[in-house]
Amino acid sequence: MTQLDGIVKPKTKRSKRFLESRAPKLIEDVKNTMIMKGGNTSQTVTTALKDIYSLKKPNAVLYKKKNITRPFEDSTSLEFFSKKSDCSLFLFGSHNKKRPNNFIFGRMFDFHVLDMFELGIEKFISLSQIKTSKFPEGTKPMLIFAGEIFDTDNDYKRLKSLLIDFFRGPTVPAVRLAGLEHVLHFTALEGKIYMRSYRCLLKKSGCRTPRIELEEIGPSFDFVMRRTHLASDDLYKLAHRQPKALKPKKKKNISHDVFGTSFGRVHMQKQDLSKLRTRKMKGLRKRKGEVVDEDQEPKVAKVES
Amino acid sequence: MAACSVEELLAKAEQEEAEKLKSISVQKELDLEFDVGNLLACDKNRIETRDLREKKRNDFLRALARDNTQLLINEIWKLPTERVEEVIVAKLPEQTTRLPREKPPPKPKPPTKWEQFAKLKGIQKKKKTNLVWDETAKEWRRRWGYKRAKDDTKDWLIEVPETADPNEDQFAKRNKAKKERVAKNELNRLRNIARAHKVKTPGEGLLPKAQQSKDELAKAVSVAKTSTASVGRFQDRLPKEKPPKNSGKKRKFEPLIGDFNSEKQKQLELLKIMGSKTPKLDITKAVNTQMREEDREEAAARRRKGAGGKGRKGNTAGRGKGKG
Repeated sequence: MTQLDGIVKPKTKRSKRFLESRAPKLIEDVKNTMIMKGGNTSQTVTTALKDIYSLKKPNAVLYKKKNITRPFEDSTSLEFFSKKSDCSLFLFGSHNKKRPNNFIFGRMFDFHVLDMFELGIEKFISLSQIKTSKFPEGTKPMLIFAGEIFDTDNDYKRLKSLLIDFFRGPTVPAVRLAGLEHVLHFTALEGKIYMRSYRCLLKKSGCRTPRIELEEIGPSFDFVMRRTHLASDDLYKLAHRQPKALKPKKKKNISHDVFGTSFGRVHMQKQDLSKLRTRKMKGLRKRKGEVVDEDQEPKVAKVES
Repeated sequence: MAACSVEELLAKAEQEEAEKLKSISVQKELDLEFDVGNLLACDKNRIETRDLREKKRNDFLRALARDNTQLLINEIWKLPTERVEEVIVAKLPEQTTRLPREKPPPKPKPPTKWEQFAKLKGIQKKKKTNLVWDETAKEWRRRWGYKRAKDDTKDWLIEVPETADPNEDQFAKRNKAKKERVAKNELNRLRNIARAHKVKTPGEGLLPKAQQSKDELAKAVSVAKTSTASVGRFQDRLPKEKPPKNSGKKRKFEPLIGDFNSEKQKQLELLKIMGSKTPKLDITKAVNTQMREEDREEAAARRRKGAGGKGRKGNTAGRGKGKG
């Protein structure tokens, strides 16, 4: 690939496809996650990272080696990694005396850090400790957030948006009704966030909608909010900007009623109201072949008399 | 009797309905906010902290989750469904939560020259088949690319047309024509890219700069003048324009068989200079160069002193004014 002013020109079709898959698009695909370890990790942190990796497969990469960086002080190495692996979400796990069992959830915009949240794990129950059958990977989970603080506090609002982004999975136009099995439930209370993961059993109820029974499965976390790094408001707004092409095009001259009837508007030329015929008179109707000549009639009458 | 039994039946039916609905209905103070496109539900109801003691916590959370999931499932079941390959599938609506993008949106590319022309004329793109039937090879071949259908450079026999020169190489002619077509295509492609990136390709003689010097402008004028079909011979000059200084041949060569005497003299002189031991030094030139150097150094030194002195003088004046 030849480089010119930072623009790489592909020489083969394969490299061209690779570059196109990484180029910015109108409708973006699923965000990839990179899961990495810090300088020192405990057993809880490593198992927790592995569990989240299994939740997020195949849209995640788990790095095996330890990276001695501090995301809150210097995020350049994180940005470098995200550029190399084309991942815009990251999860950094570390453990030290001051911050034990630390998770940093973060997301990027244009390969620069947008938001970062440091959550400490107080209690963790891993996938292997709960002995039930698991889901196939790639099932789209249902997300439920409980707690009024998710709407009142600014930090929690951003955290909610990040958690939705993190766990929601690929965007699909339709979903198989029998395949709605996985539920992730987040509860925020007293400065703590409880994350639970359940399997949904659809039981028969009398009517069409089934009754739900839940069975605990999967990792369960008790998080406590530590540090945060939020993006400035303008950067946040910039990241949300959608291209104009995605806006639905309005069809002109069509309007809809409350009841659902659609009305159309037809534009006509200006009518000459002097030629308007309000009453139908059979005599005035034009017949084929007959020429109504009003000028000649009186002449004829004169001749006759 | 009949009337009683009818009433009883109705009451029973109502009871049954209520029971059915009881299993899927959930009582909540505030309704949840749903984003069915993302399979998301938000519960804003207050959670009693009493229920969250260590032992009962998990059970409480589970009950809460069950209620919320039931409500979300109720919403999902209200969506229109269709059958896709023996599977019942619910069509999800558009997502309502706005989430940030991964990368900034792509900039729309400006249309190429051909695209502009096609839009103007109303020419639509016609979808063509990949393979074309080749009569000579009696098989299906690509429309373009490796081993294409009608490749005129690959003919093993070319009839020389009557109007052509018999000594001309027809094969080479076809190859050259193809190379020219490829080069022209490449040039147009690069021009389209340059137009898209708004890169200014430098025209002859004048590079885009803020201030053009007198020499550069003069050069640009002379280049523009000579770029006519008759190389500038019939171009009128502007009233105050002077004839170009450096036109004409840059080197003059003597003819091979010319004046023998002058050639002999020149060669002997050269040998004399090479043979002599004294260095060839032009004294006047050397003295002049030395004087110029000295003048330049003095001027530089004066300028430096002047700037320093003036600056200091200015400062003290300012300070005086400030204090006063």
